[in-house]
Amino acid sequence: MGESSYSRLKQAQYHELKMTKSYSLPTERWEQRFSEAQPLYTDREALGEAHRCLYCVDAPCIKACPTAIDIPTFIRKIAEGNLHGAAKTVLSANIFGYSCGRVCPDKVLCAASCVLKDYPKPPIEIARLHRYATESFLREGRRVFSPAPPTGKKIALVGAGPASLACAHELKLLGHEPSIFEKHHFPGGLNTMSIAPYKMQADDALLEAEYICNIGIEIRMGVEVGRDIDVKSLLQNYDAVFIGAGMGGDTKLQVAGEDGPGVIGALAWIEQIKTTKRPALNGNIQRAFVVGGGNTALDAARELLQLGVPHVTMVYRRTAQVMPGFRHELDAARREGMQLLEQAVITEIVRDGPRLKGARIRVVDEEIFMPADLIIMAIGQSIGREALSKFSGVELNSAGEVQVDPATGQTSNRRIHAGGDATPGIKLVVRAVADGKRAAQAMHRDLLQSAKGGK
Amino acid sequence: MVELSVNFAGIKSPNPFWLASGPPTNSGEQVMRAFDLGWGGAVWKTIGDPIVNVSSRLGAVDAGDFRMAGLNNIELISDRPLAENLREIAEVKKRFPERAVVVSLMMESKEDWREIIRRTEDTGCDGLELNFGCPHGMCERGMGSAVGQEPKIIREITAWAREFAKTPIIVKLTPNITDIIEPGRAAVEGGAHALSLINTIKSLTGVDLDKFVPYPVVGGRSTSGGLCGPAVKPIALHMVGTLAKDAHIGVPISAIGGISTWRDAAEFMAIGATTVQICTAVMHYGYRIIEGLIDGLSNYLEDRRMKSVSELIGRAVPALVDWGELDLNYRVVADINPDTCIGCQLCVVACDDGAHQCIYVAGAEVKRGHVAPRATEAAERLAANPKYRVPWVDETDCVGCNLCALICPVPDCITMKPIETDKPFESWNERIRKGTAVVPGGLHD
Ligand SMILES: Cc1cc2nc3c(=O)[nH]c(=O)nc-3n(C[C@H](O)[C@H](O)[C@H](O)COP(=O)(O)OP(=O)(O)OC[C@H]3O[C@@H](n4cnc5c(N)ncnc54)[C@H](O)[C@@H]3O)c2cc1C
Ligand SMILES: Cc1cc2nc3c(=O)[nH]c(=O)nc-3n(C[C@H](O)[C@H](O)[C@H](O)COP(=O)(O)O)c2cc1C
Repeated sequence: MGESSYSRLKQAQYHELKMTKSYSLPTERWEQRFSEAQPLYTDREALGEAHRCLYCVDAPCIKACPTAIDIPTFIRKIAEGNLHGAAKTVLSANIFGYSCGRVCPDKVLCAASCVLKDYPKPPIEIARLHRYATESFLREGRRVFSPAPPTGKKIALVGAGPASLACAHELKLLGHEPSIFEKHHFPGGLNTMSIAPYKMQADDALLEAEYICNIGIEIRMGVEVGRDIDVKSLLQNYDAVFIGAGMGGDTKLQVAGEDGPGVIGALAWIEQIKTTKRPALNGNIQRAFVVGGGNTALDAARELLQLGVPHVTMVYRRTAQVMPGFRHELDAARREGMQLLEQAVITEIVRDGPRLKGARIRVVDEEIFMPADLIIMAIGQSIGREALSKFSGVELNSAGEVQVDPATGQTSNRRIHAGGDATPGIKLVVRAVADGKRAAQAMHRDLLQSAKGGK
Repeated sequence: MVELSVNFAGIKSPNPFWLASGPPTNSGEQVMRAFDLGWGGAVWKTIGDPIVNVSSRLGAVDAGDFRMAGLNNIELISDRPLAENLREIAEVKKRFPERAVVVSLMMESKEDWREIIRRTEDTGCDGLELNFGCPHGMCERGMGSAVGQEPKIIREITAWAREFAKTPIIVKLTPNITDIIEPGRAAVEGGAHALSLINTIKSLTGVDLDKFVPYPVVGGRSTSGGLCGPAVKPIALHMVGTLAKDAHIGVPISAIGGISTWRDAAEFMAIGATTVQICTAVMHYGYRIIEGLIDGLSNYLEDRRMKSVSELIGRAVPALVDWGELDLNYRVVADINPDTCIGCQLCVVACDDGAHQCIYVAGAEVKRGHVAPRATEAAERLAANPKYRVPWVDETDCVGCNLCALICPVPDCITMKPIETDKPFESWNERIRKGTAVVPGGLHD
């Protein structure tokens, strides 16, 4: 796909974005070597799947979706040959409906609640239908929404990830003027930089981000709040602030030999695969470890395997039963050839001079040496405590996440709302989107109140 | 082993499954392939003076993923030279002497009917089917359904055929009439040895919303055609049953219309057919469906301890009565099986919006004095599991309409259970006879 329609959109009417720093991806990226695990449905496939949906009353799948998409309705519209109607139903609930159709773990969310599983029959492939419903719509750049008349209220948003973009889109719809500050040079946050390439590639994420911004959302690229812009000045110059800054970068294991070539954090490594020109696997990698037990670790392992690394071992300190990564992802990784070393802790990274040789690993009670050419650390993201702590009056929890009222996203400073990965809860695009939209509606209510003089 | 062979108005057939007149019986090569696979008989694609056909010719309606639930065609009778058809018919009959070879005919004048019957019977065929049914093209020329819609003409042409023919005459009826009894009786009065029905039902399957031309598109135009396939089965079943019931008919019936499986065939036989004819299902899946038809029917008859198909024929006819003869005191109510219910709640909305508002979600309160045996259990299960979604039925309000059971996606999850009422059988007609056929609340109260 990608390149052509992306750049077509890019040169077109998107003047809002042109005001800010331009961004583009290099053409020769590693991620382009991946093929899609679940390609776009053909019309017939989609029709066949859509016709299986029972069109449940008070459907459990809607309740299982953080953004409460009216799933039976959009699927019925597909079945009726009303693709644009289907896209509208999806996008009016979730402006990231396209990404969600490609990256959402529907097997543990909406599809897990599909009544067909009690039939028993396979649950509806809701995510794939989602993607089908929205893809052509997005590529054609069709518009569904138009902003309400301007209210004159200005809102600053920190970060251009799914949480902030969803929040900004909703604010714009309600007539407010959102401005996003993003430290990177492209929008989308982890949805652009981290999604496994066999699910979605960065140019598709950017296509969607542009589609969303096209409603008239301004992004100031390359501006880090807390460093380039004073937080206080945001509160002075804007009527409200939204924090959608996500989590921080990779965490280090803190073992001897960790610093040096051949050892890299998962986020940094995935970001290279996705957004830079053919880097990462320079040299001949035969054996790689991925340290950790979450979905990021599983993604990294599958990416290595699909890039052709013959021996990929996941080194996890506990057992598969309690692993935080999704079971279906673990199964997929194992099918692709990943070895899992359970109850295994790296005690030392062994080098020959600067050159990586492998690691000493304690497996249950025994300590062994295993050779490796690459070690990817996927033991979690640090929290942006440092940056976040600069927001006056915003309290963090012990995990370093921003404390919010779950119903509104309001922080301990009532002019600041927050959502997405920066706040407690499951770290998923769909949740970030739900948070962003909910926060926008709460901010809207607050702004109207203060406009009435309630301040 | 059960006996599948039938004697249909003197035409012997090793089984009751015949190919209906249409594309599957267009040529000798085709019919011989079908006979090789086991078809009991074939009604040759209607012959007469050759015609010209148009392209395209077929349209269809799908039912969700199920393709061609209804098939529509604007094809005319055989476009092949008469002599060629007759030579192939003779060859088929020679190679398959024990199969039923029936030839469908359509002509205009008495002289032409005489001539074509003579030449057709020279092939050695077992019988003739008079096509009084084709609802497009031919009727504009005074043939096909133009004949089948005029009882007087049916009687007349049938009588001609009786006069000229030595083999049994089957009259194929059109469903494009208001009451099938009239044409059915007319054919019998004219001397038909048997009836076959239905031919196709006049229809349009759709409209191209870009070009604004109905389907099937012939250049920039289209024309109404004839519908067949699974969609027409209920209409065919009704018409076959109606004729089987009629005391003035008394001749065997070959049922046609939407038969795809052995079960469809068995239903038609139970409602009075001696043989069945199939066109669309063969056009969809090929001659090979004969294996399942024969196998399924044999197994069914065996399971029911019937020794031959003759025991099945007409078994359901006595139960087909006028509305006025139904028991007003019989009552069923819906029952939802909580163990198989998957909680889609389609029954809830169907009953609420389209029926009698008697299905409730778990936890709802039971109306005072109403019978709802599953309500308590549902409330308990809901208390234990807030996601519990199995609904329950208020039996006092349920009228037993069947809607919920019909829309439920899980087979046998909703059943209609009979309610004991100590009241004796009583029909509306009986009430009329007793003078009690009055329901309060009407215009004259
Ligand atoms: C490897 C990986 C794979 C994943 N796969 C999936 C998946 O398949 N499905 C799924 O649903 N989710 C997945 N996720 C999670 C998902 O990407 C996140 O939950 C989601 O992107 C969170 O959105 P957000 O807007 O809260 O934060 P982010 O996406 O993290 O966006 C935050 C943005 O804020 C910017 N920012 C941060 N601090 C500042 C600052 N001080 N000033 C200015 N800008 C700042 C960042 O640069 C970033 O652009 C994955 C995550 C990872 C790491
Ligand atoms: C394309 C097509 C052509 C047909 N041609 C004839 C015909 O020439 N003579 C005839 O009596 N019936 C003809 N029929 C009607 C069939 O014999 C049969 O009555 C009808 O299709 C209903 O049966 P079915 O539901 O099994 O198809 C034709 C049907 C189709 C689909």
